[in-house]
Amino acid sequence: MVKVKMQIMVCGGSGCTGNMSEAILDNIRLELEANALENNVTVVRSGCFGLCSLGPVVKIVPGDVIYVGVKPDDAREIVSEHIMKGRKVERLLFTDPSSKKIVATEQEISSQRKQIRIVLRNCGIIDPEDIEDAIIHDAYEALGKVLSEMKPPDLIKIIKDSGLRGRGGGGFPTGLKWEIAYKNKSDEKYVVCNADEGDPGAFMDRSVLEGDPHAVLEAMVICGYAIEAHKGLIYIRAEYPLAVARLKTAIAQAREYGFLGNNILGSGFDFDIDIRYGAGAFVCGEETALIHSMEGLRGEPTVKPPFPAESGFRGKPTNVNNVETFACISPIILKGASWFASIGTEKSKGTKVFALAGKINNVGLIEVPMGTTLREVIFDIGGGIRNGKKFKAAQTGGPSGGCLTEKHLDTPIDFDNLIAAGSMMGSGGLIVMDEDDCMVSVAKFFLEFTVEESCGKCAPCRIGNKRLHELLEHITKGKGTPADLDRLKNMSNVIKDTSLCGLGQSSPNPVLSTLNNFREEYEAHVIAKKCPAGHCKDLMEYFIIKDNCVGCTACARVCPVGAITGERKEPHLINPSICIKCGACMEKCKFDAIIIQ
Amino acid sequence: MKTIKSPEELRKFRMAVHERVTSKEKIRVRVHMGTSGLASGARPIYDFFKLELEKRNLDATVISTGDMGYCFAEPTIEVKLPGENPIVFGNVDKIKADEIIEKYIKNGDLVDGIIPVNFRSI
Repeated sequence: MVKVKMQIMVCGGSGCTGNMSEAILDNIRLELEANALENNVTVVRSGCFGLCSLGPVVKIVPGDVIYVGVKPDDAREIVSEHIMKGRKVERLLFTDPSSKKIVATEQEISSQRKQIRIVLRNCGIIDPEDIEDAIIHDAYEALGKVLSEMKPPDLIKIIKDSGLRGRGGGGFPTGLKWEIAYKNKSDEKYVVCNADEGDPGAFMDRSVLEGDPHAVLEAMVICGYAIEAHKGLIYIRAEYPLAVARLKTAIAQAREYGFLGNNILGSGFDFDIDIRYGAGAFVCGEETALIHSMEGLRGEPTVKPPFPAESGFRGKPTNVNNVETFACISPIILKGASWFASIGTEKSKGTKVFALAGKINNVGLIEVPMGTTLREVIFDIGGGIRNGKKFKAAQTGGPSGGCLTEKHLDTPIDFDNLIAAGSMMGSGGLIVMDEDDCMVSVAKFFLEFTVEESCGKCAPCRIGNKRLHELLEHITKGKGTPADLDRLKNMSNVIKDTSLCGLGQSSPNPVLSTLNNFREEYEAHVIAKKCPAGHCKDLMEYFIIKDNCVGCTACARVCPVGAITGERKEPHLINPSICIKCGACMEKCKFDAIIIQ
Repeated sequence: MKTIKSPEELRKFRMAVHERVTSKEKIRVRVHMGTSGLASGARPIYDFFKLELEKRNLDATVISTGDMGYCFAEPTIEVKLPGENPIVFGNVDKIKADEIIEKYIKNGDLVDGIIPVNFRSI
C-alpha cells in the first residue's frame, strides 16, 4: 500500500496569500534545503482551508496538524522542531477562545470553519447514478424512521419545531405549510418539488439534483406521508438536462429498491413521483403559475387565496416546496429538530446555500449557517474581490431582490435582516459587484430580465416595467434629467403596489434599492452626465493628453472609424463625434496619453 | 435486486453494502461531473483516469459524481488512497492528472492544487 510521506501544505487562499503565505512557502523550502530534507518532505501550496481569520495556515501531514497565524520567520522553527524532531510548535497552535484548550489537529479545528454542509452533504461525495452509494450515506434512513415510528402529526411537529423556512425565496415556515395541506382533507393530494430555478446566477438546486437526487426523492415521500398524499411531481426546467437524466435514473432505482411505489418499506404507504418539464419561464417558479404550467395551461399566476394547500394541482390540496427545502428534511429527522434549530439565528434556522457569482475570487456554491455576515461570505469564504478591486455591492434575491452595500457587510444574513436592508433572501444567488460596476446599469440589467420574463397578464408589470426600463436606458445614454429620478421612484412604487403576482411586485426592487443606496451615482448620470464607474459608454469620452502624446500614430492606425487625426511627431486629437468608444487606441498607446473622461 | 421491505432490512442492506465496499478498499478517484464540471472539461479527465489507471496497472475505481461547488477550480477530482483521508485537487487537466497519478497515487507524494476541506460536515 502507498504510504503518504511527510508533507507540508501552505494555504494559498487569497486571505493567507495576502498575509505573506508565499514567503512562508519559500522560507520552508529554503529551510528544508539547508537541512538537506528537500527530497524527504514535500511542500505544496493548497487552496483555502476555510480558516481565513486564523491565517496564514500551514498543515503538516501525517498527523493533520494545523498551525495558525504563521509568519515567514516561523519557517525555521517548524522545520527544526516539527519536521526534524517531531515536536509540535505549541505557540503556533490554535487556542480555542471559549475552552482555552489548545487545538492541534485539523479534525478539532473544524468547528472554527464557517461553512456547514447540510444541503450539500452528499454533493460530490456520492455517485448520483448509484443508489447503493447513496444508501451507504444514509439515504432513505429517515424515510424508514418516519414510516415505522411516526404518525403524520408527529412528523409535522418535528418540521415545525426545527424552524425550517422555505428556501425558494419567500421563507414561509415549512412545517406550517405541511400542516395546512395535512388538515385540508381530500381524496387526492399532491406533493410538488419546485425545481424551476430561474434567478440569474443561482444554481444550487441544479447542483443538489445533479449531485444527490435521492435526498429530494426521499424528502418528497416523507412529505407525502405527512400530508397524506400519494403522488409527487417534480417541476424542473428542461434546460437542466443533466439534472433531469440523473433524476430519472434515481427515480427508476428508487422504484426498484422499493422506496417508491406501493407498500413502501412494508408500511402500507404508497407514493410515486413523476417529472414535469418547464420551458424555462421565470414566472413559473411562482407556485400558482407553476401549477398551471403543470396542468398544461399557460404559466400565469393567479391570485392567492386560494392557496395551493387548499386548491392546487387539479383543484386538489397541493404542497409545493423548493429543492433546497426538501434537501434539509432527512437530516432534521435523523438528527432532530433541536439540532437543526441550534444552527442559525432566532427566526431563521439552519443553513443557506449561496451561489457566489460576479467579481469574486471563489465563484461557486457555499453553505453557511443563517446569520453569517456578508463580510465573512465575501472576504473569508469567497476569497475577496477579484483583482484586488474594491467591493461595491452584492445583489441578493436575483431580479426580485436588492443590493447590499458596504454598510451591510456586517449584517448577519437571514430572511428578516435582508428584508430590513431592502433586499431579500431569494433562492440564494449572490452576485458581487466591484468599483467598476455602474449601479444604474445593474438595475437596468435586472429590469431587462423582468421585462423579458413578464407574462403580460397584468398591465402594471407588462407596461410599467417596460417604461421603467426605457427610463433607465435614457439615463445611461446621458439623456436623463433630475426629474427622471423621482419618476423612477414613483413608477416603481406603483408597479409594486398594483402588480398581480410576486414577479411584478418585486421587479422594481433592484431599481429602488440601487436608487436608495447609490443615489449620487444616479445623480451623476443625470446632472453631470458622467458615469462614475466608467461603464456607460455613451457618457464616456476618450481624450488625448497633449503633453504625453509623442505623435507615434499608433492610435490613429488602430482606430477602426478614423476618429483620430494628427501629424507625425505632433500631438493627436480624437474627434468625439466620430469616436465609437471601442478603447482600441487606449490599449495601443504606450505613453499613457489616452484617458477616459 | 429485490425490493427492500422494511426499515430493518434497509439497515441490514446498508451494512452489507458498507462491508462490501470497505472490506477491499481500493484507490478511488471521484471526478466531479455536474454541469459546471462538465462544462470545464471533466469528461476527458474522467476518461483519462479510467484509461490510464488501468494502463498503469493500478487497481482503482473511478466514479462520476455531482459538483462540490468549487466552480472557481473546475474540473475538480477527489482521490482517496486506502487508509488515507480523501484529497480534492482543483483545475485538473491531463498534465495535472498525470502528475497526480505518478506522484500522489503511486508514491503518496502531494502536488500543488489541493483544495482542502473548508466546511464542517454533519
